[in-house]
Amino acid sequence: MEVEVRYFATFRKNGVKKEVIPFEKSISVKELLTKVDIQEEDVAILLVNGIKVDSETILKDKDVVSLFPPVGGG
Amino acid sequence: MFGYNGKVLRINLKEMSVKTEDLNMDMAKKYIGGRGLGTKIMMDEVDPKVDALSPENKLLIVTGPMTGNPVATGGRYMVVTKSPLSDTIASSNSGGRWGAELKFAGYDVIIFEEKAEEPVYLSIEDDKVEILPANDLWGTTVSVTTKKLEEKHAKNCKVLAIGPAGENLSLIAAVMNDEDRAAGRSGVGAVMGSKNLKAIVVKGSNKPKVFDDEKVKETNKAQLAKIKENGVTGQGLPTYGTAVLVNILNELGSLPTNNFQKGQFSGAEEISGETLAEKYLIKNTACYRCPIACGRYVKMEAGEGGGPEYETLWAFGSDCGISDLKAIIEANYWCNEMGLDTISTGATIAAAIELKEKGYIKEDELDGLKLEFGNATDIMEWTKRMGYRQGLGNKMAEGSYRLAESYGVPEFSMSVKKLEIPAYDPRGTQGQGLQYATANRGGCHVRGYLISPEVLGLPEAIDRFATEGKEVWAKIFQDLTASIDSLGVCLFTSFALGAPDYADMINMVAGTDHTGDSILEAGDRIWNLERMFNLKAGVDPSQDTLPKRLLEEPVPEGPAKGWKHKLDEMLPKYYEVRGWTPEGIPTEEKLKALGL
Repeated sequence: MEVEVRYFATFRKNGVKKEVIPFEKSISVKELLTKVDIQEEDVAILLVNGIKVDSETILKDKDVVSLFPPVGGG
Repeated sequence: MFGYNGKVLRINLKEMSVKTEDLNMDMAKKYIGGRGLGTKIMMDEVDPKVDALSPENKLLIVTGPMTGNPVATGGRYMVVTKSPLSDTIASSNSGGRWGAELKFAGYDVIIFEEKAEEPVYLSIEDDKVEILPANDLWGTTVSVTTKKLEEKHAKNCKVLAIGPAGENLSLIAAVMNDEDRAAGRSGVGAVMGSKNLKAIVVKGSNKPKVFDDEKVKETNKAQLAKIKENGVTGQGLPTYGTAVLVNILNELGSLPTNNFQKGQFSGAEEISGETLAEKYLIKNTACYRCPIACGRYVKMEAGEGGGPEYETLWAFGSDCGISDLKAIIEANYWCNEMGLDTISTGATIAAAIELKEKGYIKEDELDGLKLEFGNATDIMEWTKRMGYRQGLGNKMAEGSYRLAESYGVPEFSMSVKKLEIPAYDPRGTQGQGLQYATANRGGCHVRGYLISPEVLGLPEAIDRFATEGKEVWAKIFQDLTASIDSLGVCLFTSFALGAPDYADMINMVAGTDHTGDSILEAGDRIWNLERMFNLKAGVDPSQDTLPKRLLEEPVPEGPAKGWKHKLDEMLPKYYEVRGWTPEGIPTEEKLKALGL
């Protein structure tokens, strides 16, 4: 399976906006965050396919994960 | 007297007279300042049924007790009048440095009455207040007016002005200050133009006294620390400004696109805060005493200047289907030069594009210009034409509702009470939609920013699609915001501060005895007073609604696919939690309890 990870704001390291990551088996969002080296507590908005989820969520093939640090505006 | 100066300037433009009056301090304490105090003065002095562009309407500039004082973001002022766009009470606020300067000159409020025979401007240098001719300024853009007045008057004076849009009575004209800060919404610039008042230049030399100097410093230090430690105010807003929201709302499928026909935009990344920072940002800018510095100073055709906010990137961007960031920056610049509200201007162009697409606006009305979703070629030209009321721009200058209504199809205007809805599709943010429908100045996001809990998870995350309990969230956010707007500080502080913090702030500065609860109660009082003004003006509760598209057409694709707005489920509960009748009228008991 593979998952698309989209990085926003200060999560964009070395200009990487998104990447497709392949996995042997299903993993949770928490495990994904470890793999991409982002601390869970630094994630303010966590979306899978545009819907807010918690880090225990198990990812499916072709899911899109969007990660945002604390941001806001008006 | 602490926090306030206790002085009101009353300017009669027909008699060309200047009077200084004492501020009614009992009234000031009850309604705080800014939005609340301004609404109370309007209620006492102006018939709500008045024609907003007639001499009988008054234009109020009202500071808050925090304006010009040593608290975080204490520099804001409010323009309060009757809106010519929505016929509601209008209170439109702005930052920059002008508001604090007015306070340093010794005044809390300016009340403009009647209409000058010829164009004039007001000059304030402490006690020296003069009404001066402005014939040579009339017709000039905001930056030209500002530079001319800066050259003529005291060093470091601050300038507030309208551009050609206000002069030409565009119903979406803004009042500008410090060149690129805007009291943008509700057409307040047209009211200023209707009075033949081009500008107010101010220079002051005295800071107001505060109640407890040491405690003000202590409280401010603690509050600055909270603002710095908060992820949004300490990191997100300083780094990317409000523009960071483009990608968030797009990922959620709630970034209104092509006049709210869709909720996702394929070009979002190109107009995002991240791209703005990468390609155009020169530096951050900050308003008076602001530790956040969310303002963007960017590269542009004219050299460099104030950059677009999230709302502007959306209005000229995804709402018009446009992904050309350079063109949006230029359109933003021309809104500032013309003195136009960027939200209503972009949203009106979006509505015009749909009217053209659907065959209501004919090709021969375009003078050869492009008016198509995704085509950035002429958005600058349309902006200028709206400011100068040229060609189709003359109709567009009236805002999207009147434009669409002129073709017999007002439903293509995405507005509430004729004020264009901002950049959050309420079908995917149900609480925000309730807030739009009930906001006292019409389709506004900053009267109760439910995006904070629904999207950003602050102060806690709530389900954006749920309707249950949203009436309570709406009321609390609306009440707290009414107080913040009256204090004279920036709403963005509320990402880090709560009602008890604002009570500490005003108590230390003004010597009051507020609590968090009394701050919320003052907001409730202001909200009900605004509601009463609107009801007396003839804006009845049937206008507490959303455009038909958002109530009847489901979002066609993306994460919010299939959702419509469920206003019917929420509105009766909202009226109930407000203590109003099922018809949406404040009860006698409610008004009495609030001392109204």
